[in-house]
Amino acid sequence: MTNNTGTPLVEMRDISISFGGIKAVDHVTVDLYPGEVVGLLGHNGAGKSTLIKCLSGAYRQDAGDVYINGKKVDIRSPRDARSHNIETIYQTLALADNLNAAANLFLGRELTNAFGFVDEGKMEAETRKIMARLNPNFRKFHEPVSALSGGQRQSVAIARAVYFNAKVLIMDEPTAALGPHETQMVAELIEELKAQGLGIFLIEHDIHNVMKLCDRASVMKNGQLVGTERVEDVTEDDILSMIILGKNPKREAA
Amino acid sequence: MTDTISTPKPSVTDSGAGPITRFLRATEIDTRLLGMFAALALIWTGFHIYGALFNGGGAFLTPRNLWNLSVQTSSIGIMATGMVLVIVTRNIDLSVGAVLGVTGMTMGILQVTILPQYLGLGSPLIWIITAIFGIVMGGCIGTFHGWLIAYRKIPAFIVTLGGLLVWRGAAFVANNGKTISPVDSTFQLLGGGPYGSVGATGSWVVGMLAIIGIILALYYGRQNRIHHEFAVRPMWAEVVVGALSCGMVIGAVLLVNAYPWPSGIVKQYIAANNLTVDPDTLFISHGFAIPVLILMGVGILMTLLVTRTRFGRYVFAIGGNPEAAALAGINVRWMTLRIFTLMGMLAGLSAVVASARLNSATNALGLLDELYVIAAAVIGGTSLAGGLGTIYGAILGALVMQSLQSGMVLIGTPTAVQQMVVGSVLVLAVYLDNLYRSKVK
Ligand SMILES: Nc1ncnc2c1ncn2[C@@H]1O[C@H](COP(=O)(O)OP(=O)(O)OP(=O)(O)O)[C@@H](O)[C@H]1O
Ligand SMILES: [Mg+2]
Repeated sequence: MTNNTGTPLVEMRDISISFGGIKAVDHVTVDLYPGEVVGLLGHNGAGKSTLIKCLSGAYRQDAGDVYINGKKVDIRSPRDARSHNIETIYQTLALADNLNAAANLFLGRELTNAFGFVDEGKMEAETRKIMARLNPNFRKFHEPVSALSGGQRQSVAIARAVYFNAKVLIMDEPTAALGPHETQMVAELIEELKAQGLGIFLIEHDIHNVMKLCDRASVMKNGQLVGTERVEDVTEDDILSMIILGKNPKREAA
Repeated sequence: MTDTISTPKPSVTDSGAGPITRFLRATEIDTRLLGMFAALALIWTGFHIYGALFNGGGAFLTPRNLWNLSVQTSSIGIMATGMVLVIVTRNIDLSVGAVLGVTGMTMGILQVTILPQYLGLGSPLIWIITAIFGIVMGGCIGTFHGWLIAYRKIPAFIVTLGGLLVWRGAAFVANNGKTISPVDSTFQLLGGGPYGSVGATGSWVVGMLAIIGIILALYYGRQNRIHHEFAVRPMWAEVVVGALSCGMVIGAVLLVNAYPWPSGIVKQYIAANNLTVDPDTLFISHGFAIPVLILMGVGILMTLLVTRTRFGRYVFAIGGNPEAAALAGINVRWMTLRIFTLMGMLAGLSAVVASARLNSATNALGLLDELYVIAAAVIGGTSLAGGLGTIYGAILGALVMQSLQSGMVLIGTPTAVQQMVVGSVLVLAVYLDNLYRSKVK
């Protein structure tokens, strides 16, 4: 089990960001320990994706700070996030449709040969290796990813996030398009990465999966944090009422 | 499918497919490439036959005309390679013709009125300084456009439409509309002509280098696939591809070597070198013109840039999905700035070639070139929706456009009709391209 007493791997403290008057994220604080999976839950538009985009470098928060291993860091771009070993699977997958799987996997971090030229063969070979672990049925290595199914595209996005030895993994609805078998493989992958000591933020709508995969769950509503609970201390119904009503009946009662 | 990245495809041998399909699959020859060659063949023979029937001559398929065609294609072709990158990243550059005009004009002033004062008339430094200046000046204008587009968020269409007017006007203002002629005598060689060609031996050297390059590329391509245990083409297909490519190179060399210097130049040459040969029997080949070699060089470098470097990879990623590119850590704005800088430099280089070929700088230099350049890129398979395009396609596209243009001039088509034809061909080509893409998908 995870030990939540040391320094958190990631701490997002008092994060706020608004878009033209709409407070998408409103003073939210979440943290994540090594070897831990923290679920982020909430209704559509609650601000989950926006919150994690401040960590992945896609957005910059209006207020609040991010700490990695207790040190305050300034994440200004996706490149900064990557340099802190933060990898992200975006809800939109963020794939370049006209490029093939290998080109997408290595996008921004291409392998090059001695002449500084992109090493197509090596990248494809590496892609084949990792896809064999994630989605053994995957064959379409030469087609542009626009020719792939939704689930296949999702596998490519997952492969990209796990290939580069992340310390922090952000997964925004990683199994939304996956079939039962592939979902099971991702669940196993999450367990495996957790055992390796990664910290994972998992955005997931399926409460059942949350209870199964997460150590803690942070619930958001209308941009604000409702609360964070250890999943072993709560029931599915407790979480559901946090999402829908914005409060935890147990805590209210206590 | 014109794959933007040359990934090795598995050589599927589908027994259900017809012999032609199987041949194309095994050799991995792009059907679009074939289509472009077919279009060229049609245009060339069409004009030739028309000329033979109605103009009494049939002057299209002659070494002389094809050699001229190659020179005329250079300037448009050089710019078309850059336009591919611009269009692939979902931008457009309407200003290339005007940038060519203003750089050509400025280079004219520089080499005719300024540099000779300091270096002396005919100094060998003049052409070098002028050419470098032209490329740098074009690059600076491109950087400025790119900055407005990327960092000031003004749409490329507007920036370069404004640029079209501004730089065309500047080309006039630069010398009050007066033409500068002749240009420096060494500079002039960059535009071709009998002295601005590499001759028979030089052309064979170029041809041999090309053949060695083709063989090496095929060999290492195959080795690489074997190394990574990917499917390779059957040996016969490798041989066919190699033989076809080398055959085309040899054909081109024979063609340019079959075009002799005109007798006037030959007499001049004999007199200048105190030779005692009969000018009527002396056959001196043009060989490849220097601007054509410049185009080939640009084509090779740009192909390497696009298919083998990170820069090229990012160009296509941005075209495919700008948000995804940004999330992958690619600095989209900086890339845009650099792409427009490159486009400007190529326009400057085209200005060198175009003004050298005319042996003069006029304020109308490069007029309407932007349309030919965009048409060349689009006909060559660059998708206006972004994300797709090839350098060789754009160069072939330039050849198609120039063939149409030269052919119509040759058979005496009035300028107004020429414009109507070129415009219609462009629209038709894009329509056919749409059909082709939807069929391939
Ligand atoms: N780029 C943007 N510009 C304007 N508003 C935005 C932007 N991104 C998000 N928002 C707004 O911020 C709020 C939170 O959106 P967000 O995508 O974070 O929700 P979410 O919790 O991820 O929802 P879902 O479960 O549907 O993915 C929404 O009201 C959304 O409209
Ligand atoms: Mg979301």
